[in-house]
Order: sequence, then C-alpha cells, then structure tokens
Amino acid sequence: MFETNRRRLLAGAATLAATSVVGLPARAQGKDKVKAAFVYVGPVGDYGYSFAHDQGRKFLEKELGDKVETSFVENVAEGPDAERVIRQLAQGGNDIVFTTSFGFMNPTLKVAKQFPNVAFDHATGYKTADNMGAYNSRFYQGRAVLGTIAGMMSKAGQGGYIASFPIPEVVMGINAFTLAARAVNPDFVTKVVWVNSWYDPAKEADAAKALLSQGVDVISQHTDSPAPLQAAEEAGVIAFGQAWDMSSFAPKAHMTAIVDHWGPYYVDEVKKLLAGDWKPRDIWWGMQEDILEMAPFNDAMPDDVKAAAQKIVDETKAGTYEVFTGPIKNQAGEEKVADGEKIPDGDLLKMDWYVEGVQS
Amino acid sequence: MNLDLLVAILMTVAGAATPLLIAGLGELVVEKSGVLNLGVEGMMLIGAVTGFAVATSTGIPVLGALAAMGAAAAASMIFAVLVLTLMANQVATGLALTIFGTGVSALIGAPFVGITTPTFGTIFPEALTASPLLRLVFGHSPLVYFGLILTVAVAWFLNRSRAGLILRAVGESDSAAHAIGYPVLKVRYLAILFGGAMAGLAGSYYSLVLTPMWAERLTAGRGWIAIALVVFASWRPGRMLAGAYLFGLVITMELQAKAAGFNMFAPELLAALPYLATIAVLAIISAAKRGGANAPACLGKPFRAAA
Repeated sequence: MFETNRRRLLAGAATLAATSVVGLPARAQGKDKVKAAFVYVGPVGDYGYSFAHDQGRKFLEKELGDKVETSFVENVAEGPDAERVIRQLAQGGNDIVFTTSFGFMNPTLKVAKQFPNVAFDHATGYKTADNMGAYNSRFYQGRAVLGTIAGMMSKAGQGGYIASFPIPEVVMGINAFTLAARAVNPDFVTKVVWVNSWYDPAKEADAAKALLSQGVDVISQHTDSPAPLQAAEEAGVIAFGQAWDMSSFAPKAHMTAIVDHWGPYYVDEVKKLLAGDWKPRDIWWGMQEDILEMAPFNDAMPDDVKAAAQKIVDETKAGTYEVFTGPIKNQAGEEKVADGEKIPDGDLLKMDWYVEGVQS
Repeated sequence: MNLDLLVAILMTVAGAATPLLIAGLGELVVEKSGVLNLGVEGMMLIGAVTGFAVATSTGIPVLGALAAMGAAAAASMIFAVLVLTLMANQVATGLALTIFGTGVSALIGAPFVGITTPTFGTIFPEALTASPLLRLVFGHSPLVYFGLILTVAVAWFLNRSRAGLILRAVGESDSAAHAIGYPVLKVRYLAILFGGAMAGLAGSYYSLVLTPMWAERLTAGRGWIAIALVVFASWRPGRMLAGAYLFGLVITMELQAKAAGFNMFAPELLAALPYLATIAVLAIISAAKRGGANAPACLGKPFRAAA
C-alpha cells in the first residue's frame, strides 16, 4: 500500500517537474473535450442556490454536447471537507473545477496551488491565482427590483429579511433592498433576522413567522429554501423567491424572484479551455451579461408596480441605474456616500455597514 | 407585548417542539430497551419524503403520515436485523442508517422537488379558533395534540404497565431478563419498530405541516437534537416534554428577539444556547448522587443469549 502510494507520489512529482521544464501548462494547448466538475454547498434538490448552479451545469452540457463531460459533488461542507473534495476532483482528471460557494475560497486556492495544470473557478469570493479565477453575480441588482416592489406594495412600511450569515454579499443585498424600498417609501424599515444557515427550512419558516408577528407584510430572504415563501403565502403577505422561480410553492405570495442564470458563464469558460486560451478572470457580471434575471412578475402585482420594477430592470441593463448611488446614509444617519457618488466595486465587496432603515 | 403576538409566539414554540417530542419519545423507548439507534435523522428523512410522496399522490395528508410511519419503521427493521440478529455495532449501524436515509430520501424525493402538498387542517371547528386564547388551545395541528397524548401514553406504558416493566428489565439487565424467560430480542425488535414509526411521523410533520414541501435534507439535523433530548430528559417522558418545549422556546425566542431588533447577545451565542443547556443539564444530572444519569444499564450492548 505504502509502496504504491510513494510510487504514485514520485510519479506525480516527476510530472510536475516535466511540465515546469516545458513551461507550458497543459491547459494552454486547447482540447477536444473538457471534463468539468462542480462543487455545491447544498443539495441540488434545494430548488434554490445549488439547484440554480446545477441548471447552469445542465445548460453547459446542452450547449456544448459531447465536447464537455460534467460531474458534480453536492452537500459539501464549507471547510476542511471541501478541500478533500476539490483535491479529489483535481486528481480525477478534471480540466476545470467550479467551486460555487463563498466558503470554498481558501480550500480552492490551496488545491489550485498544488494542481497548476487544472483550472479552478470560484464563485462569490475575492481571491484569485495563476490558475484560479473568480466569478460573481451582481445579485444586488435584483435586490433593488425586489426593494422597489416591497416599498410600493407594503402597507405597514416594514419588510422582513431572512438572512444567512453577515458576509459582505448578504449585507450588500440587505442594503440594496432597503435603499430601493426607501426610494419609493422614505419611511420603509427592513427588519433582519439571521438564521446562521444557508439552508434550514424549519428555521427559515420560524424566522418568517417571527417577522410576521412583528408586523411586517413583505418577506424577503437570503437563504436557499422556499420555506419562508410558504409562511408568507399562509399569512397572505407578499414574498420573493431566491435564486430560482419558486412560484409553485406560493402562487399568491410569490411576486418575482432573482433567478441565477450561471449557464452562459460556464459555457464561456469551457469554450476558452477548448480553444486553449483560458486565463483566470475576475468577473462580476449581472443583468447586462444575462447571468441574472427576474422571474415573471405575479399577475396580482398592480400595473404601476410592474412598470416601476421593469424600469429598474431596463435601466440596470442599460447601465443608467445603480442602486448604490449617493446620497446614502448609514444606520446612525451619517452620510457615508455623497450625492451622485457611486460606491466602488472594491468597497461593495467588503461592505460591513448598514444603510439607514435597516433594523439589525 | 400584545396578546396576538404572545399567542403567535407560543404557537410557533409548539410547532417547533412537536417533531422533536415525537421522535424523542420514540428514541426514548428504544433506549429504554437497551438499544442505541443513531439513525433517527435518517428515518425522519425517509418518513418526510414518503409522507410527502403519498400525500401529494393521494391528496390525503393522513395517508401520508401513516405511510411515513410505515416506511420509517421498515427502515428501522434493517437496523434491527443488523444489530439484534447479526449483532453489529449499534453506533456504526445507526450512523449508517442516517447516511442511508439521507441518500435514499433524496432518491425517492427527486420527482417531488418543487411542488407543494395538501396539508393537515386543524381538527376543531372554525368557531373555536376565533379569539387568540381559543386559538392557543384549539388552533394547533393535530400532531401537536398527538405529541402530548403520546407523552402521557409512553409515561404510563413505561411506569405503570407490565409490558413496560419487561421492556425496562430488558434494558437494565438483558441476561437476567433472558434467564427468567423474557424474549429479549423480541422486545427490542418491537421497541425499534416503535421508534422508527415515531421518527417517520416526526419527519412527515416537517414535509406535511411545518414546511409543506420536499427538499433534500429537509429536517436539517433535527434527528440529532431529538437524540440529545433523550439524554437531556434523562430517559423520562415528562422531562422529554419539558425539554422539547424548552428547546422550541429557545429557538423561537432567538428569532423573535432578532425580529424585534434586540441584539444584546451575539446571534451565534443565542443559537448555541440549546446545546449549551444540554451540556449543562448532562453535567448536573451526572453529578447528582441520587438517581444519577438514569441511563439504562445495557444501553448499546449487544445481547447474545447464553447457550
């Protein structure tokens, strides 16, 4: 056993040495077929975030046919387990590994350094390497649409927000939602409940109930299950789907949803590998690049609300609307962003403060 | 705090506590017979998916709940054959059952992702749920009342009935029970069957009542909390009831406090509170001289009949 392992290790080292002598990583030579692997944080059956990534994988298979072979590992915990899974995929002859959750960033980086011939792409993080790219979606653009709808339709002027973990991504979403809602209703308040999980249907439902008993009449969520929507449906208030069209769970409550549409990016990456000109990129796409879209608006939505929401979508696509445009005040009422100024991307990705109107 | 809010909170507490109570009482009976079944989470998932599948196909939620009990009980029999007849290690087999249940429920559930199901209504007439206080008494899902009745029934069974006495004897000293002629393995088979059925029912509470949908890993670890509660309750049904409702209260209050904007503690600390409470209670009952931890003496030990 030990012998075999050591021999493999030596063989591996020899391969490494050989490639460094040639000085040209294998991925730069183009291929007839690419093996792509995906790592998901939740189950593909969550009908939310991981489900949306898997739809992207299926899109990739459909678009490129026999030029690509895909596989995925689901339910991978963020932490040491992730590193083991990613390493296994890199060893298993994959040409590119997509790691799709924020917490996979450091494990991906570590494995990427050990496998210079494999391409890695990490979602929603900020670290890159010679063979590791980063990709993200401007989810906050969608949150601004939801906030507009919430601000116009809420009679109580209070929205509930079920949040997972206080990372910049989530903070940014809460702020975008609140800013857009307050643009149409200056007294709008967002009440945030942290459930410390990406996926815990029972807890998400209980959090929605807690918010509803506090008098909110809009439920928004940054967790992955449709449970909060069902609670909203039962209570007769409005809510929004997360990552995918969840209207089947709450036909009355579901106004629209932010739909993650990763497929075009995955196709783009694999095409570059096939052509041999893949380079790590650090992209942050959004509605303009079609990796983010809104689910169809509910028929119950009043026409003026539909028009206002559609206007945000159109102007975002045209590049004339950006929710993080000053003046923006923080919770204490101090001005953080001056009139007309935009928050730069770098600051957005590190966002750790709440705008006025967030109750957290 | 107004009455409506208070009632809403208490109803959420009952909802959160009930599946823990039902699954926990099932596991309590299993452990009282001397068997440690760590497969509760897996059986709950099998129950949740079977209940959902049957309820959506037939449109009758009660059938779903019954099917959930049947399916989880069947899964518990796999465990029973392995640990009782083949004398496999109970801890390892229980863990395997949880892993098996997680996988097989995902497989069965694949066609049911993304749809919703008819759910249990309340059993009492509308008129009885008009005011908040009446709602607190009559407005729950039938399973909430079932959980309360089950607590009394299990307490009576264990402490007052002859069959319960035999079950406890088997759990305390299997060889002595065997020597005076009690069928040790048969008693344990029945206990495991009951534990499986209750875990399945608790699982179906998630997929049919609390969050009427199917998604993989729907129970998100509640089976493990049920097992911890058995120890927390020091194997007594009354304390199980108190523990489950206390746990429900703590998780509900954590969310309520956040929704109301109170952030005196770090949310992580509040979320950890139930588990810290379990450890504290364990430490206290283990340190207590009289009564002690009350664990069945033969818990987790395989039984081989003396030839």
